[in-house]
Amino acid sequence: MGSARRSRLGLGNPRGVARVAVAAALVAAGVSVALSGCAGGSRVSGSITVFAAASLTSTFTELATEFEAANPDTSVVLNFAGSSDLVTQITEGAPADVFASADTRNMAKLGDAGLLSGDAVNFASNTLTIAVPPGNPAGIKDFADLAAPGLKTVVCAPQLPCGAATVAIETATGVTLKPVSEESSVTDVLGKVSSGEADAGLVYVTDVEAAGESVTGISFDEAGAAVNTYPIAAVDGAGNGAGNGSGNGELAAAFIDFVTGPVGQRVLADAGFGAP
Amino acid sequence: MLGLPRWVGIVASVGALFIVLPLVAMITRVNWPEFGALVTSESSVAALGLSLRTSVVSTALCVVLGVPLALLLARTQFAGQKVLRALVLLPLVLPPVVGGIALLYTFGRRGLLGSTLEVLGIQIAFSTTAVVIAQTFVALPFLVLSLEGALRTVGTRYEAVAATLGAKPTTVLLRVTLPLVLPALISGAMLSFARALGEFGATLTFAGSLQGVTRTLPLEIYLQRETDPDAAVALSLVLVLVAVVVVGLSRGVSERRGSERGGSERSLSERRLSERDQPARGMPL
Repeated sequence: MGSARRSRLGLGNPRGVARVAVAAALVAAGVSVALSGCAGGSRVSGSITVFAAASLTSTFTELATEFEAANPDTSVVLNFAGSSDLVTQITEGAPADVFASADTRNMAKLGDAGLLSGDAVNFASNTLTIAVPPGNPAGIKDFADLAAPGLKTVVCAPQLPCGAATVAIETATGVTLKPVSEESSVTDVLGKVSSGEADAGLVYVTDVEAAGESVTGISFDEAGAAVNTYPIAAVDGAGNGAGNGSGNGELAAAFIDFVTGPVGQRVLADAGFGAP
Repeated sequence: MLGLPRWVGIVASVGALFIVLPLVAMITRVNWPEFGALVTSESSVAALGLSLRTSVVSTALCVVLGVPLALLLARTQFAGQKVLRALVLLPLVLPPVVGGIALLYTFGRRGLLGSTLEVLGIQIAFSTTAVVIAQTFVALPFLVLSLEGALRTVGTRYEAVAATLGAKPTTVLLRVTLPLVLPALISGAMLSFARALGEFGATLTFAGSLQGVTRTLPLEIYLQRETDPDAAVALSLVLVLVAVVVVGLSRGVSERRGSERGGSERSLSERRLSERDQPARGMPL
């Protein structure tokens, strides 16, 4: 509910950025008061299953724990995979109450299939960064360096959200990469870089953050040309007749509010995610 | 059913259905009007071609490396043989991704052998060679396993006779032992081929994925699933068909081997005769 109020405020004041920020802060304070109220009164209860993109693994694991702590009678079951895998699973009747996607395209697929109850809310964003092995042996400084002949650059295949973002940056910069591999997941790109097989790879800022010492991130200005937006929505199982999820719409809404609320936004920001 | 209890048949039917039903379910999802276009797209043809080429090379490597291994395990006794057999068969039970990680740390740029190879100007990372290495790694046990079993079954009688008649070890091997186990060698090679064709995890982890270079059919299917499930299903069906043909051929070979047992006895006595002639002719006296 807090998030709904906040987004209305945001929409209502497109000009006064500072004022929106102040208002958001006030509302955020309101939400935390509301949440602590929840914790005392146990407004919601039961169990829900949340399907979330693989890049949200650590943040959503932490968020689920915090949500359960704030709402003692609840339990959040998590399932992580690539966004398109999750869409396939939900379409085939897997029990999901909430879906958090790494891109708007996969969320739209679920919407088109009539499997969402209510609208999707954007809760985070992610940009690409250059990942290199520790010490940056190839001496890469910016995006254009990745096109150097003989350099082993690894990217995501264009079919994936991270690959689509890579293509968008190539188009924006006019730099055409000649990757030695187009991997099937961002994890595979990271693996090729951290093992030293590749000289550089394009991954998300949050991936570098999570990888710790095993890779070094090199941010580049053109990354802003492709910002990936993460939407979250409640799943409506009635759409495919299979009856997804627990049917606990109230708890699903509470979890979505939690993710879009101050605790969720803090955890996401700590992991390197941008504002939605 | 020749004396088998009825419940065996019932449970067996469930078992057969368990294998067949998912394949049928997949076939029901094939987009037939688009099927031709989906499997003949540029990326699909490149992936299928690469898969067939690399699998043929991997199978040849499996034969070259696997036959001596099987002979060593079946015909000799040495300390640590049991350990060696267990280790050789390990890729059968290892998750392929584990195999991929192991290969990465062996042949990768910073791997055990990779840095030496790099000095020699051989780069394996992200090359078709890496695909062949991954496929050979997972397929080799199939050949060793089926050949070792066949070698033990045929026994050493004929080899012993050939040797007492003066045939040198290499002659015995090439003229007696290998012809005896040829059907098992062929069916083992076919199984290796099928396994190489289906290799996914080790290739993904170790070789990368680039059209025409390292993206084999299973990797292409995995990728197409992201945006074009119809293409993924169509290509899956192609892979199933190739696998059915290979497994069918392999079964055919081993069945012929069974029915030809009487015949091979005859041809063996002929072979034994020629073995006796040969060294005699070659004698310096």
